Amino acid sequence: MDFFIGHYNYWIVIILMMVGLYTVISRGNLIKKIIGLNIFQVSVFFLYISLGTVEGGAAPIITEGVKVYSNPLPHVLILTAIVVGVATTALALALVVRIKESYDTIEEDEIHNLDHSL
Amino acid sequence: MGHHISLLLVVVPLIAAPVVAVLPRGRLPWAVAFIVAALCAVLAGMQLWAVLHEGSISYELGGWAPPWGIEYRIDAVNAFVALIVAAIAAITLPYALLSSEQEIPEEKIPLFYSALLLCLTGLLGITQTGDIFNVFVFLEISSLASYALISLGRQRQAFTAAYQYLIMGTIGATFYLIGVGLIYSQTGSLNMQDLATILPGVLHLKTVETGFAFIMVGIALKLALFPLHLWLPNAYTYAPSVVTVFLAATATKVAVYVMLRILFSVFPQGFALTTPVEELFIVAGIAGIIIASVYAIYQENIKRLLAYSSVAQVGYMALGIGFASATGVTAALVHLFNHALMKGALFMAVGAIIYRIGACRMDQVHGLGRAMPWTFGAIVIGGLSLVGVPGTAGFISKWYLVVAALEQEAWISVAVILCGSLLAVVYVGKLIEALYFKPVSDTGKVVSEAPILLLVPTWGLVLANVYFGLDTDLTVGVAEKAAAILGGMQP
Repeated sequence: MDFFIGHYNYWIVIILMMVGLYTVISRGNLIKKIIGLNIFQVSVFFLYISLGTVEGGAAPIITEGVKVYSNPLPHVLILTAIVVGVATTALALALVVRIKESYDTIEEDEIHNLDHSL
Repeated sequence: MGHHISLLLVVVPLIAAPVVAVLPRGRLPWAVAFIVAALCAVLAGMQLWAVLHEGSISYELGGWAPPWGIEYRIDAVNAFVALIVAAIAAITLPYALLSSEQEIPEEKIPLFYSALLLCLTGLLGITQTGDIFNVFVFLEISSLASYALISLGRQRQAFTAAYQYLIMGTIGATFYLIGVGLIYSQTGSLNMQDLATILPGVLHLKTVETGFAFIMVGIALKLALFPLHLWLPNAYTYAPSVVTVFLAATATKVAVYVMLRILFSVFPQGFALTTPVEELFIVAGIAGIIIASVYAIYQENIKRLLAYSSVAQVGYMALGIGFASATGVTAALVHLFNHALMKGALFMAVGAIIYRIGACRMDQVHGLGRAMPWTFGAIVIGGLSLVGVPGTAGFISKWYLVVAALEQEAWISVAVILCGSLLAVVYVGKLIEALYFKPVSDTGKVVSEAPILLLVPTWGLVLANVYFGLDTDLTVGVAEKAAAILGGMQP
């Protein structure tokens, strides 16, 4: 039982990761794919952030009387990764807008029927 | 400025990119981009020279000592790859002037060069950095720029190709990120050198093995290793000609470099042998060479044909990595260089055809070889190099690959390498047949030779193919040194 409760953060990460990846693969709607991709990326952010926690540690701001701090490095890394994720989502949505303009649909199978390209 | 070269290589194109984006329309953005690319090529050349004569360079960003700060660590391996990337960029840009004026809407030209420079920044950054998280950041810089570049293609399929690449590329990069996170959780370090000393103590942990697997799959997606290549044919086919030339000659090569670095330099030498990764590389390489080559034979679009051929060539590099011997890695690095030359030359020649007739389907180019003799000549020599005819660069890399395979008595691999060459004869032959031996289709259009500005860079690469097929001191010499550095293997 400890295996499940003691590692609850990893279970959340794994579930989110699978939900995201499955959405990307199974959905034919281009926007839903992007949503799946976002969930997938966010699960990785959670993984990093929960890794940085130190039990009993305070937020990593130097204060008097505090000896144990959480590791700030994973948090900083994830700030970068969030920026990358936002840029990716923006670009993906921009592409979907252009696809909608030129195909008049954002369903994968319909686009494929139109010119066998996706 | 001596020791700042390593940083300048990344910072110069990064700063130039937004500047180029706001320049007025016309040829000014091109001129600035060209100067920057040429400067990068010179800097990369100086860097390789410095590394070969004075030993590896360690540059501490912002003066923070590694492993806390980000370190740029340059040895023969990444100096070599950085030179390939920068040199290809410098050769592609003169070609870009006319080709992009025709293929890209005028108002988007400054943005196009801006994205090209950002892509160059990312690719050079990957080669320079000695920090595995920094690799992810640069990987995404170059990828985001290349998604935008691909979507500039003229047909609407360019959008779907870019979208498809974006989804696959992001999954690949995120896999890499998961791997880095898992390894960080066990080692507490992101610096490659530091990791190389910490990792041997924690290799038995399942977390490290899982992280390793995630990183390998993530990068395999980026380098279009069969069967993770699905994004590549569409992306190369529908991107503007210049973008195809640039990406085909650089992007997958840089991914191969990251793979080599993680496999042999970050993780200790013997580790890969305890996992099935070597066998997987050989199986994926063999399958890629055969299946992608067969696919290439049946393509009707010339760019698509060459794109499938690229997947097959990545297979050769994977074979070289899979042998995990000094000769194998040397072969992979030599092929990395030579493939950049031949695919660069071939895609440029195809771009010249597109410049003249606006299409590149097999049935639309019948007999064009006679009207465009120089372009046709470039395709013939580039094609021969792709096949691996003696006297061309392609022969050298195939030779080393076969030697590496014979060393390990991997007879199946030897047979596959030779068989792959024969399949290349078929698809290159098909291309030459359409261009030269088929009767000219009677459209009433008179096609003339491509403009000199397209021919000079094309032939520059073609002659490099011949030169590096005869004089192997630079390529093989540097590649052997590089292979020796990767995990201290003796050449």
